[in-house]
Amino acid sequence: MIDKAIDGAAAAVADIHDGASVMIGGFGTAGMPDELIDALIARGVGDLTIINNNAGNGEHGVAALIREGRVRKIVCSFPRQSDSHHFDAAYRAGKIELELVPQGNLAARIQAAGAGLGAIFTPTGYGTLLAEGKEVREIDGKHYVLEYPIHADFALIKAHKGDRWGNLVFRKTARNFGPIMAMAAKTTIAQVAQIVPLGDLDPEVVVTPGIFVQRVVPIVSDNIAIAA
Amino acid sequence: MNRLNRDQMAARVARDIPEGAYVNLGIGLPTKVANYLPAEREIFLQSENGLLGMGPAPAPGEEDWELINAGKQAVTLLTGGCFFHHADSFAMMRGGHLDICVLGAFQVSTTGDLANWHTGAPDAIPAVGGAMDLAIGAKQTFVMMELLTKQGESKLVEECTYPLTGLGCVSRVYTDLAVFDVGPDGASVIEMVEGLTIEELQRVTGLNLNFSKSVEAA
Repeated sequence: MIDKAIDGAAAAVADIHDGASVMIGGFGTAGMPDELIDALIARGVGDLTIINNNAGNGEHGVAALIREGRVRKIVCSFPRQSDSHHFDAAYRAGKIELELVPQGNLAARIQAAGAGLGAIFTPTGYGTLLAEGKEVREIDGKHYVLEYPIHADFALIKAHKGDRWGNLVFRKTARNFGPIMAMAAKTTIAQVAQIVPLGDLDPEVVVTPGIFVQRVVPIVSDNIAIAA
Repeated sequence: MNRLNRDQMAARVARDIPEGAYVNLGIGLPTKVANYLPAEREIFLQSENGLLGMGPAPAPGEEDWELINAGKQAVTLLTGGCFFHHADSFAMMRGGHLDICVLGAFQVSTTGDLANWHTGAPDAIPAVGGAMDLAIGAKQTFVMMELLTKQGESKLVEECTYPLTGLGCVSRVYTDLAVFDVGPDGASVIEMVEGLTIEELQRVTGLNLNFSKSVEAA
């Protein structure tokens, strides 16, 4: 019997190693898998490359990883926020490398990795600082920039419900990067508010098919109700 | 002269958003436009973090922090609205499905180049978010900004000096003093506020503006 459910965040992240590349879902705090990140911090590994839309908010999640000095490089679109003080301090001290990627290119590059594409040509960023030094091609009279896929060793994402085969549904705007990160990482670990029996998720509304998910961890997060 | 305040600017932009339009309102000043869309007009507001059919802020105490907009504020979903992941969200822009986006700006050039993500200051931490994708993806990109900086310099310029967000992507610029069409043929004045003269607008912008389109009071 296939059962991807794992008891406890610590067990779920036990093989994440020093130097790993880790995609972390979430847009701001919506969809941020805080408990998986806490377990990763407790594991004590470092030198990580983190791929997330932001660079942490307040004291939780990605911000806590940066605060603890575990992140060598971050790939994101919007690091600077009112409560990104841990990133700001690390960046100004030269302790963290930043690869700034326009948000749509970030999504497209992650999706390209999950879909097995070698590269993409994207119109976003053409003629700007963020395309400097990159190959440009004119296709049907429009300019495109060559961008490469973003792969990762692990993805940590937060979904709403999952089953033992790894099928997932999400909740509201907490979905954001979860589905495409699940496709792009070698090992995807999803924390879910609830594990349901096989067949409970309507097959017509499954957002992430279980083939993209290796581990499902039931964790009841603060504030977010299971209903709805 | 009757310089428009920020709410009046938002109301002016809202007038040009037709029924049935798919629209993304950028963070900051453009968010105000939502307050002036008439209730009887069905308009689909998109937020790049994955929702279409965005509704107003919830009542205090009713916030759901898994239902937020791109500015990370709590919002609501209209009946008929839906959620989707980030790659689909940006396909809506880049794929040309979004009709209008409204963005703020540091500078816009008369040919429609946009600078709105980075001051270029050496100590600034750069952050781009979805600005570059929105600017070049939507069918029409509107900019909404005060025409002059606090120092009195025009933000509508011959050529942007701040780092660019996109080339030739802006079609219309709404300001507190005038509304402009911009593009390959340069800047045309569509409207001026009451009491502003052509000479005065030429003087404060220092630009070669086209006034051949009918100019009405805003």
